[in-house]
Amino acid sequence: MTTAPAPLPGIAPRTIGRTTLRWAGIMGLLAFLVAPMVPLFIWSISFRWFYPDILPSEYSARAWEQVISPTNNVIGATGQTTLIALLCTVLSVLLGVPAGRALGLHNFKGKRIVEVLILAPIIVPGLAVVLGIDTMFIRYGLSGNILGVTLVHLVPTLPYMTLVMSGVYANYDVDYELQARSLGAGRWATQRYVTLPAVFPGVVVGALFTFLISWSQYVLTLLIGDGQVETLPILLFNFARSEPAIAGALSVVFILPGILVLLLSSKYLSGDSAAVGGIGNI
Amino acid sequence: MTQVTLSGLTKIFDQKSPPAVDNLDLEIESGKLTALLGPSGCGKTTTMKMIAGLLRPTAGDILFDGDSILSIKPEERGAVMVFQNYLLFPYMNIADNIGFGLKMRKVNKKEIRSRVQDMLDLVQLPGFEDRKPNQLSGGQQQRIALARALIVQPNVLLLDEPLSNLDAHLRDEMRVLIRRIQTEMGITTVFVTHDQEEAVVLADKVALLFDGRLQQFDAPDSFYDTPNTVDIATFFGGTNFIPGYYLDGTITTDIGVFDAPNSLVPEGDAVLSIRPEAVDLGEGGENSVSGTVLSHVYAGRYARFQIRIGDIEIEAVTEPGQVKLFADGDNIPVKFDPDKIWVLGPNTAEQPAATTG
Ligand SMILES: Nc1ncnc2c1ncn2[C@@H]1O[C@H](COP(=O)(O)OP(=O)(O)OP(=O)(O)O)[C@@H](O)[C@H]1O
Ligand SMILES: [Mg+2]
Repeated sequence: MTTAPAPLPGIAPRTIGRTTLRWAGIMGLLAFLVAPMVPLFIWSISFRWFYPDILPSEYSARAWEQVISPTNNVIGATGQTTLIALLCTVLSVLLGVPAGRALGLHNFKGKRIVEVLILAPIIVPGLAVVLGIDTMFIRYGLSGNILGVTLVHLVPTLPYMTLVMSGVYANYDVDYELQARSLGAGRWATQRYVTLPAVFPGVVVGALFTFLISWSQYVLTLLIGDGQVETLPILLFNFARSEPAIAGALSVVFILPGILVLLLSSKYLSGDSAAVGGIGNI
Repeated sequence: MTQVTLSGLTKIFDQKSPPAVDNLDLEIESGKLTALLGPSGCGKTTTMKMIAGLLRPTAGDILFDGDSILSIKPEERGAVMVFQNYLLFPYMNIADNIGFGLKMRKVNKKEIRSRVQDMLDLVQLPGFEDRKPNQLSGGQQQRIALARALIVQPNVLLLDEPLSNLDAHLRDEMRVLIRRIQTEMGITTVFVTHDQEEAVVLADKVALLFDGRLQQFDAPDSFYDTPNTVDIATFFGGTNFIPGYYLDGTITTDIGVFDAPNSLVPEGDAVLSIRPEAVDLGEGGENSVSGTVLSHVYAGRYARFQIRIGDIEIEAVTEPGQVKLFADGDNIPVKFDPDKIWVLGPNTAEQPAATTG
């Protein structure tokens, strides 16, 4: 990223130069990510587009009309995808932050084993994991509904969140908390004024990417959703073969959160925040 | 004003290693400045954390004015610890850092602001309110950390190596500052250092720890004049040791027999210790032997001689005027002032202080 010189003590950093560089970086990254989507967008508004034409010979808004039209349930699927991703993010944060803290801060017997076990769902293909738990989900009525899909999305997201947070906490000095206690802060005040500000950027970045991981799940949703839970990726794959124009329009909808997340997290990813160092540990 | 009593205080981190703090008994006087002195890893920080309530003792008790405070939460103990590495909250500016303790006590903003100003004046950093900690030098951060602790007017102030990261000049300034504040506010202060000179200069009383055990708890000059053990005398440095046998106020060594009327050790193998300043060159009579001048260094306000007596070499420090009196190779009488001879037991293990309790 930017290689601004370290500020001299007592002299405010040259914020203008840094900000400009940062935005240039983000724009570059966006262009890189968006460029492949340009043809998709053109697909979505084309009516006739044959080789060797560079641009379609005829345009149409049909695909976008289809996207908005209730018959294809794109809006419903978008809502469903968002809901699942949000639930999944909340659960991942609630469980992953304390788990990451335990892993990052404390040494305990079997810590290595726990670390390897946490990595397992990332190393072992999700498909294998899901095939293993599918029958259990069916037995407990978690197959074919949002709850089940949310839970199965935790398979990749929870380890991810835990690892991000363990990295954040590994760079965190608990003595700050002890110092706050000694100065008169209770447990809650310490968490609020000392711990939270220190780990917050890590939580935000972890949560945003957790959201994206859940948002883009296909295989897990397909298997556990059992055709009952229709998310954007499912819809997208359905249209990919038959209706490239609609698939193009859907893809545009599909990547929007990714771009939003990138913009939202850029502050933390390229910022001076100490917590971001933790992400390097993954 | 608070008197702090440590009673059999013990901390074991891990069963396989020896205790970090081992059965420590200490009576820290109210309103005084007590130094906790010892080499790195001897348990100083661990002791401070236990007093502050940030670490649970494995055994023993801590009393403030006679009442056990083990069950009192750290934020309610009235004992504030300043850490070795200052730990200024990085995302708060200096004013918020200093005002933190008052904010936790729900003091109103206006009062916090004015008291923060007072503190900045006290530590001689006025105008630093809006800086961030990373824009301060190490010495400045250390002073802010001190201000942040003082602002809550603690009953007990625990300073963990508050001067370690300062250059010689700033260190002298901070010593004066700490001493002044401590005297003015009358706060019971415990102050950690691994530098014996600092402990002696600053403290009313010094507690010396080796390996988690209390070696000696005394007024500063006692560590030079009447150390409990050879190890302590060695830690304070600069003393001559001559092995011998002690009996009834006399110690018999390879180089002669010396009167040592002040010594308290039992009959048996012992070590005569005498500081270089207490060795009188050129004086004969009682308690004197004959030695050879090996070399000498003239060092401004004093002169330092290496003397050989029999098979033993000792050091003597004298007035500069005496340099001219003796040349290298001269045979001269060497006298040990009997009042300044201090006899120590042969080794640490048999010393009463090391097996307290
Ligand atoms: N959290 C801990 N877990 C395990 N051992 C510890 C812990 N904290 C301290 N120790 C051990 O306890 C002993 C005393 O440590 P302590 O930090 O009290 O030393 P210290 O006297 O403050 O040293 P220094 O002058 O280097 O700061 C050391 O051997 C240290 O390794
Ligand atoms: Mg220490």
